Amino acid sequence: MSSRLVRLAAIATGAGAFSGLFGIGGGTIIVPLLILWLGYEEREATGTSLAAIVVIAAMAAAAQGVYGNVDVGEALLIGLPAVCGVVVGTALQQRVPSRAVSAVFAVLLVASAILLIA
Amino acid sequence: MEAGDLAGALAIGLAAGVVSGMVGVGGGVLFVPGLVLFLDESQLRAESTSLLAIVVVAFVGAWRQHGYGNVRLRDGAIVGLLSPLGVVVGTGLANAVSERVLELSFAAAQLYFAWQLAERALGPAEG
Repeated sequence: MSSRLVRLAAIATGAGAFSGLFGIGGGTIIVPLLILWLGYEEREATGTSLAAIVVIAAMAAAAQGVYGNVDVGEALLIGLPAVCGVVVGTALQQRVPSRAVSAVFAVLLVASAILLIA
Repeated sequence: MEAGDLAGALAIGLAAGVVSGMVGVGGGVLFVPGLVLFLDESQLRAESTSLLAIVVVAFVGAWRQHGYGNVRLRDGAIVGLLSPLGVVVGTGLANAVSERVLELSFAAAQLYFAWQLAERALGPAEG
């Protein structure tokens, strides 16, 4: 196996574990590692990450479905506005500095983490 | 469900989508707290339901990014297809631990991501 494939396999396993454990896509693992380990440019890393997430989240959702934990109605309720959002977000990404987005996102995460702990 | 909760769920869904497109994540870090806080789901059910929402969002996001020429399909497919081992371990663990442990570890993951993003935001300027 090439070292490139080994790196991709390591990213895949880490992202899969995070996805299954936390109900996320794993992009927070995939994006930085594609940049650090495989020399990706930032936009390419985010685009490629989204493609991988489609497959990872589908498998993780199926696995949680087997445990009987998935609510399809609520997934649509929160997912449909997000589809509108992602079209806007990808368009914005082509013209807005990504550090501004990162800052806003960081604040949102800290706020919701505090609400969850409380 | 109260109108305020419905509005909150819709708003956090929209925000998660924008973040997903801009940062290249699935949006789950916002879907999960949205489902817990506005739709009164348990942490485990919120995480599981979030995954299904992510599939749709990431699909549309990847399609848009493909149009912008930002997707290396082969690498994306490899990472996706090699993930099952991790997925099985992660979902098994999520179902094995208590709700409180899951909540706290999720919050810890969120804070870690926030730290990562803050570093990116405050680091040297990039293209």
